[in-house]
Amino acid sequence: MQTSEYAIEAHGLVKKFGNFVANDHLTFDVKKGEIFGFLGANGAGKTTAMKILCGLLLPTSGKIKVAGFDVYTQTNLIKKHIGYMSQKFSLYEDLSIEENFRFYGGIYGLSRKQIAERTSTMLKKLDIEPLRKSLISSLPLGIRQKLAFSVAIIHSPGIVFLDEPTGGVDPITRRQFWEMIYEASEQGITVFVTTHYMDEAEYCNRVSIMVDGRIEALGTPGELKKKFDATDMNQVFLKLARKAG
Amino acid sequence: MRTIFYIVQKEFLQIFRNRMMLPIIFVIPVVQLLILSYAVTFEIKNIRLFIADSDNSVASRNLSSHLRSSPFYNIVDETPDPSVGTDLLQSGKIHQMLVIPRGFEKDLALANKAQVQIITDAINGSAAALMNSYTMSVVNDYNRAIIAEIAPDAGQPVAVTWSYWFNPELDYKTYMVPGILVLLVTIIGMFLSGMNVVREKETGTIEQINVTPIRKFEFIAGKLIPFWIIALFELAFGLILAKFVFNIPILGNVFLIFSVASVYLIAVMGIGLFISTITDTQQQSMFIAWFVLVIFILMSGLFTPVESMPQWARNLNLLNPIAYFIAIIRMIMLKGSVFQDIINNFLILSFYGLSMLLLSVWRYRKTT
Repeated sequence: MQTSEYAIEAHGLVKKFGNFVANDHLTFDVKKGEIFGFLGANGAGKTTAMKILCGLLLPTSGKIKVAGFDVYTQTNLIKKHIGYMSQKFSLYEDLSIEENFRFYGGIYGLSRKQIAERTSTMLKKLDIEPLRKSLISSLPLGIRQKLAFSVAIIHSPGIVFLDEPTGGVDPITRRQFWEMIYEASEQGITVFVTTHYMDEAEYCNRVSIMVDGRIEALGTPGELKKKFDATDMNQVFLKLARKAG
Repeated sequence: MRTIFYIVQKEFLQIFRNRMMLPIIFVIPVVQLLILSYAVTFEIKNIRLFIADSDNSVASRNLSSHLRSSPFYNIVDETPDPSVGTDLLQSGKIHQMLVIPRGFEKDLALANKAQVQIITDAINGSAAALMNSYTMSVVNDYNRAIIAEIAPDAGQPVAVTWSYWFNPELDYKTYMVPGILVLLVTIIGMFLSGMNVVREKETGTIEQINVTPIRKFEFIAGKLIPFWIIALFELAFGLILAKFVFNIPILGNVFLIFSVASVYLIAVMGIGLFISTITDTQQQSMFIAWFVLVIFILMSGLFTPVESMPQWARNLNLLNPIAYFIAIIRMIMLKGSVFQDIINNFLILSFYGLSMLLLSVWRYRKTT
């Protein structure tokens, strides 16, 4: 199905809510297998753009393809090929780890055997096998976030969208979370991640920085640092944000 | 189809993991049946009556003794002065006052014609009408007694005999219980299914569902089926209580009741789901569902006869699924009606259910 080398192609993506322009002509491509960081301050329009790419929101205009499918007409095909971890916590708190895996695996059409296998693999990887039957509500936030990510890729999607996946977790867990992202990337999953932690931007292959609904910078972390004459991504971001002032 | 199974499985896990759920399922029917069927009754006993007998004659005392001997009356006081009764009516201490004017016996003897006056507190109109007709019939009895005395051979021009069909003892419970069973499944169907979808909106899990390739009808079906099963179970439980605790006759076919209920439930659950697709919080959805339900219940003929409603209200009832089901279940349980008797209402309910279902599938948006 996917013939192009790009997992995501967006050309002139515009989203307006009434008079407010949330996304102002965004144009970017994400290569297959890439870890693409989608940076910006709170309210810059990251989540809106991500929801459009996931088929949760219709764009106002623009030509956008995700996994080779059109976001206006083929949202259900897109949904088969993507995983999504929202900012809001997305597992059922009154179900156990196992039951959450079974439910999401089930609605993605995995077989019983596949669900059982993947559940065991994931639990082993996270080293939480004894918690298999624990309710999500009893687990600490760090583990929940890792589980939410595991659920988002339970059906081995081509692309996974992560909306501020490390919000509110401690540095150690953040580190572990990025190891999981790398692992997914090695398996060939394209990762599209939003964050406002600038140190995390260094982990991405390429980043775009959004300010007030527009993409102000796009490139590898190295290129951006050179271009803005900065020692780290934090400085790049501050320079851009001041310019927008 | 497998997708639907996974949703149903997940819903059942969540429903029974909720500690309030089992008490709701078993306590609601018992409490509703007990309280509503025993407390809500239209029979009137203990009419508090005041007699203003200004005549104080043999004839007038004879009339008041007719009332005294009736079990329905509680004679509060008897004085010649009607103004005392007016005050009692004003302060709500009596329901009714009978005024026998001075000269009652004389008029009766000379002109064969006398007058009495009945004044009733009519704040509750239907109760007033009922008390009025009780008292009228006592006065009629008295009339007949006089006629029999004056002209023993006259007899009565038209003799009426009557019998009450389908509820021979005029037992109010027999009339109420089938309707309460309807309420029971309605509450489960409308509230629980509607609440459920809105809850997923509140917790944010709906977004996760919406990025999956799940189809709209699969989602709606997965949400409906668990509560549909619970409500039918609830109906079975209610019918058993009705039969063995309240001794309500079930003349018709129980399976017919269940087939009608199955269709009816789809209609009310469809309404509940539709409400949940247009609201964002459980509070909003609760408020709207309650608003709709109160109107439907009050108009349904559960407490007041539909036949005595004005025409526009009866037309409005064409949209009221509760009215259809109450009419049907009373027919099946009390008259033993068969499918041919209820086919029209059944078809309407089926159409209703189908439309509500399509409406909520259409209104449920995976993309905003």
